[in-house]
Amino acid sequence: MIHDFLFGIYPYIAFSVFILGSLIRFDRDQYTWKSDSSQLLRRGQLRLGSNCFHAGILLLFFGHAVGLLTPPAVYHELGLTVESKQWLAMIAGGVFGTLCLLGLVLLAHRRLTEARIRATSTSMDIFILFWILATLGLGLATIAVSLSHPDGGVMLQLASWAQHVVTLRGGAAELIASVPLLYRVHLFFGMTLFLLFPFSRLVHVWSGFGTMAYLVRPHQLVRTRGRAK
Amino acid sequence: MKIRAQIGMVLNLDKCIGCHTCSVTCKNVWTSREGMEYAWFNNVETKPGIGFPKQWEDQEKWKGGWVRKKNGKIELKTGGRLKTLANIFANPNLPEIDDYYEPFTFDYEHLHKAPLSATAPTARPRSLITGKRMEKIEWGPNWEEILGGEFEKRSQDANFEAVQKEIYGQFENSFMMYLPRLCEHCLNPACVAACPSGSIYKREEDGIVLVDQDKCRGWRMCVSACPYKKIYYNWQSGKAEKCTFCYPRIESGLPTVCSETCVGRIRYLGVLLYDADRILDAASVEGEKDLYESQLSLFLDPNDPEIQVQAARDGVPDAWIKAAQASPVYRMAMDWKVAFPLHPEYRTLPMVWYVPPLSPIQSAANSGVLGMNGAIPDVEQLRIPLKYLANLLTAGDEAPVKLALKRLLSMRAFMRARHVEQREAPELLSEVGLSREQVEAMYKVLAIANYEDRFVVPTTHREYAENAFDLKGSCGFSFGNGCSDGMSSETSLFGKKPKIIPIKAV
Repeated sequence: MIHDFLFGIYPYIAFSVFILGSLIRFDRDQYTWKSDSSQLLRRGQLRLGSNCFHAGILLLFFGHAVGLLTPPAVYHELGLTVESKQWLAMIAGGVFGTLCLLGLVLLAHRRLTEARIRATSTSMDIFILFWILATLGLGLATIAVSLSHPDGGVMLQLASWAQHVVTLRGGAAELIASVPLLYRVHLFFGMTLFLLFPFSRLVHVWSGFGTMAYLVRPHQLVRTRGRAK
Repeated sequence: MKIRAQIGMVLNLDKCIGCHTCSVTCKNVWTSREGMEYAWFNNVETKPGIGFPKQWEDQEKWKGGWVRKKNGKIELKTGGRLKTLANIFANPNLPEIDDYYEPFTFDYEHLHKAPLSATAPTARPRSLITGKRMEKIEWGPNWEEILGGEFEKRSQDANFEAVQKEIYGQFENSFMMYLPRLCEHCLNPACVAACPSGSIYKREEDGIVLVDQDKCRGWRMCVSACPYKKIYYNWQSGKAEKCTFCYPRIESGLPTVCSETCVGRIRYLGVLLYDADRILDAASVEGEKDLYESQLSLFLDPNDPEIQVQAARDGVPDAWIKAAQASPVYRMAMDWKVAFPLHPEYRTLPMVWYVPPLSPIQSAANSGVLGMNGAIPDVEQLRIPLKYLANLLTAGDEAPVKLALKRLLSMRAFMRARHVEQREAPELLSEVGLSREQVEAMYKVLAIANYEDRFVVPTTHREYAENAFDLKGSCGFSFGNGCSDGMSSETSLFGKKPKIIPIKAV
């Protein structure tokens, strides 16, 4: 029952809140939409920490998207067996996850121990940091579990669950009913990250992708009253 | 040709008394808020000194402004577009707040509540960020006031380049001047070019450079890109903020707060017409010493009928063309050539210009004999080294600064002869290439400096762009999301709200 809710219905709740919440916040409260950088207050570990964390988590995000949503037929066509795909996932996930973890630990240490950063942090800032840390820790732990079943079966179950959810097919939850609990807790934490997204500083991720427009825009921007309104 | 208009500013450093009234009134109006305590849209530095934030002129350290590449194109010194985005997670060129100063208040309460003691109670500093005790204040917007601190440290000033600076550390040879600084509202602003969100823009009507507070995402690239370090990161709101050139006042035809309140009456505001199509070319000339001349070449003569026709065609209102003809800024920069841009070598084409200061004659102090060059004192013997002023104002080219100083001296000598000795001395003018009419006008603008001669600010023609009737009863000047109903309730789903004072029209 709870399982069906968490893996059949909750993904849609989380995704709806993620999209609608982002849209509403962008529309109504754009002044609060920002990266909320604390670099000005203390440089310290930020350069290493932030670069590692961001590089790690972006690679993990795209790794998950590609890994979970690529239909088996496609990677079979490319000559990749299920077993080797699992190894690829474990190694890439392990490397990116470790990179991300290193950065995250540095950032968490800095946020908690630097008096200036601590004083200017909101409770949501700290909560979201530890939520990501927990999600990441669970994700890294699943690599160890995966070592005990290198046949790729669990991976296939998880992938078909994700593909069912994304393509709005029913019965997605049943597909992962037999998957070890650790994976399912990781899934729950991961989905909840999307739920929390619009209510935290995470909204800046949208803008981060938005900065790609910077590569093609003219250097100088001029506004006129006529065009502004 | 595309003619645009800008309100420019000139500061006559010869008359700056370093009273900081501009800084204080500006702060009271614009930055007396949490997160902006450390930010000074206007501050006054004593030169020589490393300034605020520390070493702001050292672009090898902070990487502000533009550089010309081998292929003749200019690029931000912080790097190209890809590099800018690659640095988005941690900007390697961002000053830390300690390069400005940690904002603080004093324990004033203690003065009231301290128990009886042998010594008078003191109010000690306390951080406005952490609320914790600060043992020592280490820097500020005016730390080197009147040559405060050791020469050793102050002489790190970048303007000492190619100057034998050691001798100026000796008491007899020391010199100083004040440098009030604000956003330059550049024609080729590096901050605008560096913003990954495209939130900073230049206004077509008056050239004011503003940060769209709703669109700013706090990527901090503008802070590094601005070579004058006049964009500040608000650590409370997470947004970049900068001098607004008091645009609500400018739009109403009033001078900026810093100009209005200037005790020494050193500030001038006026319209300049310029060719917007040639900005990039002017900023890209090869020699750094040519940048001053190339910027001058952008400014158009408002008395030229052809320019007037073209300006009207490009949408410059009639009142603005008329104001340009009476512009004190145009006269000082173009007619008399006594005003100069601050650090043209940054290639941002700054629009806040400076009249270089005169200073006592060095040799008079040394020998009791005034060094004369013709009928006026020799500018080579002024206490402030020419090279230092040239490094500040013309990328090191001494000739234009020398001519400006000679013109200022000639004006003084000419008017002194007229008023004190009751005689005309035209020989003083031919030497520096000024006509009698020009000197009389210079005297009126620079020495008398009446309010209406200093500030020629036309009102904005909003009605050209907007239907004013629609604005009735709507939100007026506000801050952040001040006009959004989404900000009107006390609670928000989307995190902590900044304190705002919405100003609604009645």
